[in-house]
Amino acid sequence: MQFPILSVIVFTPLVTGILLMFIPGDRKNEIRVAALGAAGFALLLSLWVYFGYNHLAGGYQYVEKYNWLPALGVSYFVGVDGMNAPLVLLTGVVMFTGVLISWGIDDRPREFFAFLFILATGVFGVFVALDMFMLFFFYEIAVFPMYLLIALWGWKVTREYAAMKLTLYLFIGSVVSLVGALAMYFQSGLNTFDMLALEEAGFSTQFQVFWFPFVFLGFAVLGGIFPFHNWSPDGHVAAPTAVSMFHAGVLMKLGAFAALRVGMMLLPEGAQAWMPALIFFALVNVVYGAFIAMVQTDFKYVIGYSSVSHMGLVMLGLATLNKTGFVGAGLQMFSHGVMTALFFAAVGMVYDRAHTREIPKLGGMSKEMPLVAVAFIVGGLVSMGMPGFSGFIAEFPIFMGVWTSGSSPINTNWPYVGWVGPLIAVVAVISIVITASYIMRIVRRVFFGELPAEFHDHIGDVTALDKVALVVLVVIMVSMGWFPRLIAPLVESGVNNVLRLFGGA
Amino acid sequence: MDFIQDHLLTLILFSPTFVAFVMVFFPSNEDNLNRWAAFVGSLIPLVFSLVLWFNFDRTQTGFQFEEQAVWYSAINSSYHLGVDGISLPMVLLTTLLTPLSILASFGIKDRVKSYMILFLFLETGMLGVFVALDLLIFFVFYEVGLVPMYFLINQWGSEKGERELWGGMKVSSRLYASFKFMIYTMGASLGLLLAIQMIGAVSGTFDLIELYQSWTALEGTLFGLSIGQVKAIAFWAFAIAFAVKVPVWPFHTWLPDAHTEAPTAGSMILAGVLLKLGAYGFIRLVIPLYPGEAKYYASALAFLAMMAIIFGAFASYGQTDFKRLVAYSSVNHMGFVVLGIAAAAWVASGPNVQDGIIAMNGAVLQMFNHGLSAAGMFFLVGVIYDRTHTRNLNDFGGLFPLVPVYGGILIFTSMASLGLPGLNGFVSEFLVVRGSWPVFTLFTALSMIGLLFTGAYILKGIKQTLHGPLNEKWIGQLSEINSRELWVIAPLMVLMLWLGIWPAWLLGVINQAVTALFG
Amino acid sequence: MFGSVDSTMILAILPEILLTVLTGLVLIFDIAWKEKERKRNLGWLTAGGTGVILLVTWFATRPGGDAVSLWGGMIRADTMAFVFKSLAVFAAGTTALLAMDVEHLGNRGEFYILLLTSAIGMCLMGSSADLIMLLLAIETTSIPLYVLAGFFKYDDKSTESGFKYLVFGAMTTAIMLYGFSLLYGFTGTTNLYALAAGLASGELANMAVIGSALMILVGFGFKISAVPFHFWAPDVYEGAPTPVAGFLSTASKAAGFAVLVRVLLAVFPDITAQWGAILAALSVATMTLGNTVALTQKNIKRMLAYSSIAHAGYVLIGVVAANALGIASVVFYLIAYLLTNLLAFGVVSVVGSVIGSDEIAAYAGLSRRSTGASMAMLVAFLSLAGVPPLAGFVAKVWVFAAAVQANLIWLAIIGVINAIIGVYYYLIVLKVVYLYRSDDEDKPLPISRPNMLALALLCLSIVIVGTIFAPWWGFADTAAAALFVP
Repeated sequence: MQFPILSVIVFTPLVTGILLMFIPGDRKNEIRVAALGAAGFALLLSLWVYFGYNHLAGGYQYVEKYNWLPALGVSYFVGVDGMNAPLVLLTGVVMFTGVLISWGIDDRPREFFAFLFILATGVFGVFVALDMFMLFFFYEIAVFPMYLLIALWGWKVTREYAAMKLTLYLFIGSVVSLVGALAMYFQSGLNTFDMLALEEAGFSTQFQVFWFPFVFLGFAVLGGIFPFHNWSPDGHVAAPTAVSMFHAGVLMKLGAFAALRVGMMLLPEGAQAWMPALIFFALVNVVYGAFIAMVQTDFKYVIGYSSVSHMGLVMLGLATLNKTGFVGAGLQMFSHGVMTALFFAAVGMVYDRAHTREIPKLGGMSKEMPLVAVAFIVGGLVSMGMPGFSGFIAEFPIFMGVWTSGSSPINTNWPYVGWVGPLIAVVAVISIVITASYIMRIVRRVFFGELPAEFHDHIGDVTALDKVALVVLVVIMVSMGWFPRLIAPLVESGVNNVLRLFGGA
Repeated sequence: MDFIQDHLLTLILFSPTFVAFVMVFFPSNEDNLNRWAAFVGSLIPLVFSLVLWFNFDRTQTGFQFEEQAVWYSAINSSYHLGVDGISLPMVLLTTLLTPLSILASFGIKDRVKSYMILFLFLETGMLGVFVALDLLIFFVFYEVGLVPMYFLINQWGSEKGERELWGGMKVSSRLYASFKFMIYTMGASLGLLLAIQMIGAVSGTFDLIELYQSWTALEGTLFGLSIGQVKAIAFWAFAIAFAVKVPVWPFHTWLPDAHTEAPTAGSMILAGVLLKLGAYGFIRLVIPLYPGEAKYYASALAFLAMMAIIFGAFASYGQTDFKRLVAYSSVNHMGFVVLGIAAAAWVASGPNVQDGIIAMNGAVLQMFNHGLSAAGMFFLVGVIYDRTHTRNLNDFGGLFPLVPVYGGILIFTSMASLGLPGLNGFVSEFLVVRGSWPVFTLFTALSMIGLLFTGAYILKGIKQTLHGPLNEKWIGQLSEINSRELWVIAPLMVLMLWLGIWPAWLLGVINQAVTALFG
Repeated sequence: MFGSVDSTMILAILPEILLTVLTGLVLIFDIAWKEKERKRNLGWLTAGGTGVILLVTWFATRPGGDAVSLWGGMIRADTMAFVFKSLAVFAAGTTALLAMDVEHLGNRGEFYILLLTSAIGMCLMGSSADLIMLLLAIETTSIPLYVLAGFFKYDDKSTESGFKYLVFGAMTTAIMLYGFSLLYGFTGTTNLYALAAGLASGELANMAVIGSALMILVGFGFKISAVPFHFWAPDVYEGAPTPVAGFLSTASKAAGFAVLVRVLLAVFPDITAQWGAILAALSVATMTLGNTVALTQKNIKRMLAYSSIAHAGYVLIGVVAANALGIASVVFYLIAYLLTNLLAFGVVSVVGSVIGSDEIAAYAGLSRRSTGASMAMLVAFLSLAGVPPLAGFVAKVWVFAAAVQANLIWLAIIGVINAIIGVYYYLIVLKVVYLYRSDDEDKPLPISRPNMLALALLCLSIVIVGTIFAPWWGFADTAAAALFVP
């Protein structure tokens, strides 16, 4: 029997989280070191999975399957393909850097890391799940610790409100999807939650068209889709740094990924029927998110809304239902995860020292923390889709997909004139300009210019651990930008797996 | 040796980046170490490009030193490099100007390490455009060069001056200029980005060699429009992006600001190489990909070029700021490049193709020449600014006796820029005019007004600084050009003279490629 | 009358016999030990005894194969009975552990005697197959509970609670009894499995059958505290000693559901549509009212009371579905719910006895005073909210699944909406526990050993049921299947 690497990845955080609870709460350094060790271990394993995945062979690898509740066809069934292998790695990276950045948490670090790790287990579990029940099981595990993490360690002003809003939004979304998933389960008559089997269930078109919006939107709430994106900026802003990183970096991908895996892959005809609406909503996300980000004065809100905008690109890529679009969406999930983790890390570092996030009150940070400034600028360039950085690699295929979304052979069943695709591409591209303008504004106002007098004494550089985290994230984004072959072939093989269900190849 | 031969372009392209990465680990307070490391590092690509120059087979047409590697297979974009007779001089120009600019920036004292690293990144960005044979790679490098340039202007630009924005907010000039530079070029390249996406989505490849065939041969309808309409729109998306970069009137307004506010070396590279990216884009992409549209709209382009020549000259004449004067002169000179390109596009594959080839030869040579003379001019302005901390022409006067060597060099370089026969500028402008005259007689004739004023503003510049009554306050204040600065300007002067006297060594290479392009 | 007594017959009521023996032992030792020596010993005796009984039940009386009627048709030995007997014994044992250190309760012999007697009644409720037996079982369960609810004689609230429970109980039981007598009158038999045939003879007006069903539902509705028979619950839970409230809200409710399901399926299979509709309405009302009123509660016991009303509503969804999956989900839900709510009341009891208040606001700073108690709180409330990997999640999923399978998607959606409301107030409590500060947060909160044992046991069970659910589902599934066999 091969080494059950995926299970080890999934349960490492959980076991660590439970063990942490047995360390006396006042031995904070031991707790942090233990947390870092576990996160490092998970990262190494996820690197192993990522680089060990054979994309030429494709399909699901590292598969493990055990009966869970055989009477109802529930199994513990995990495996990775090209679509989720990068996401597993992303989770590992964000978890590792998140622990590094949370070193300074002094209020009950034991509970903090324990909850964070339970969350991580949920995230890993969803990404590798090939069983629908299991996916929901871990999905809920990923949603709930968020409440406590935000409410307990978050920004004092809005944390209670934001945490509750977030939890309720996500919970509503997930149960709506759950109802849809149960409907699929019974409709299929296969008595199994195995998604690979359900892919072959051959649901009637009518059934697919009816249930697709439930399943897709339920998950897409977590992906921040308009008009259900409202929880996300509030949640991001209120959350402590590592949680924002996790949240925007990984959890939003969880939504998009689950929407793809359960919504689109199991109900492909539904996806085709609803495609115009999806494209429209995604487009609103992209452009509206960017506009709202531009007018924010709170540093963290800017980033929060920028996540909405960028997740819109993921949705846009998915909604094209063609190969380049899917590839772009897959890449954008990874790229945005790393980028936004970096953003929130940088915001957190500035806030921890300046104790304000009001952009007009900040300035000159590059003098005190040059590395943070450089890292933020790199993140900014990624976010505006500057070539040479991962954002471009991801956004470019999305737009290419949009161009041809109207003329793709699989979308011929609805009246969709040829110039709509180009029109959407043109409109969506506006967001790049807006993104550039707000990123440049932040860079200029926060990192350059004069350091306000009130900060002169108490602002210092970030710690070495923070620097390690930033460098890791920057290196990933730049190397992906210059060497797309590190990730693109993998995603492409995953996309082929998806396209199989849409009758394309 | 085989390895170097086979990967020569990659080595040229990424040796600056490599040096920059190594420099990241240098201590940031060792300014001299960083300066010399950057300078020596930038000599590496120069050496490689000399190797390239001497190994380039002048008898062959088409691309040489081609390299192809997997880059982004998911969308069929590959790392495809190659040079021909048009890009080779540009590579040489870039690798030559970069060490000189770095040498010229030894006076920078603030955050030397970051400055040098950005400069090396900038070099890679520019080189990449000239050697790319893949549309996407071209775009990547085209955009990526903006970033270091933005920060060079934004952070190391001139510290004086304020500009009022809409809403009455005041910002420093360098900030204003860098922002304008970024927004203009990025905004313009959005169209390019969209068009590239569209080409990629339609053709399924980004390889230029393939696109030259497949894209031009495309027929039928696309997106509910006829292919001709689509191509016309895409043509203008490309043309505007490059026109902003060149810049062609009326898209030129970012340029005087950016040039004026940039640090000296930044201006040298900006004028010397970055503007050529636009012109190069016309030659490498627009004309081969849209021969029909280029021909159809050539007169419009020629009109814009003529306006650039005339207005550039007039505006330049009107300046009191020495650096702005030189900046506007770039608009004027680059106008000739575009005029040559437009003329070539108009007669392409027609009976008068010979005129077009001459004009195009002139245009490419003008790119090279302007690179030399504009870099030189900006450098010389920088030299005097370093000493006087003013660029106002009215503050100078009669400086020749104080700084005779500098004065001589300034006059020499100005004459090259003016187009004095015997120096390089004359050759290329003559070729452009000779080639364009039979094609766009009226536009070319009107452009002569601009040429006239070129003489006027250059002479004005010289007069205001070197001649006339001596401004007494500089006595004892102004030191002669130093040896480091001489080392910067000397290679440029040698080349200006050499090209003026015997241009054939370069024209031969260019002509080969240009003839192939239209043949 | 019974013929010869054989081992199967003994085995079928072995838990009840053993419980009776245990009751006797407690009674003897209550007298034998002096007040001062006694301390926790009676509690340990009860808990240990129930532990042994549970083991015996588990290993000796697990029914195999088909369901059988024994003792002249009075007792039905099937998996359903087995599951609910185990639950009742388990709940009694845990309650004993939790009550041990409660003042004026833990050292009183009569408390344990009443508790065990009530458990005997519950065991019988799970296995009754005859109207008379059923009534006896219900009364055996209820009467000790009336006393237990009013156990604190010196406390007005407790007394009120006991009295209220008694009055409500008496009235609803009376109506139910009337229903029973009607059934007997219609058919001339009291055996549940014979009644169906009698009712189906076609001579009866449908309305008469429905009417008697309605009357019986009143009694059962009281036991499971479904709206509109829920009024007693908040007051009784608030006033009763907390461990008793926990016992009331779990074991008693579970036993109520056991008879409800058994009677409906066995006696009224022909009017499934009618009682389905009625129960659907009850379910919606119960969930919605329970949850919305729980939102505004300031007292944690009242909040738990309303939440337990709401949970009755969720369980009813499974009953309404009335298919194999539905009934199995009901059984499974009750297992999960019993563990979870016992834990919730357990923590409230432990914490309440130290901080001396049941106000939610008084729980501020708890997480800094006791990691154990706050973790138990977390597990209990998240399980109530339906969060994996805790038992509540799986239970909810299958209840909703049953509704979807039965094409009651609207009901599933109402359930889902209610679950969301529930999440809100459960999280609020956790917020108080973990987020808010209080003045005495640096004082550690002591948890006695038996309490710790009970809480740990419950936490562990909840996690186990929530993750390794196949065996428990297996029981639920067989239990449900047994009900569909006439």
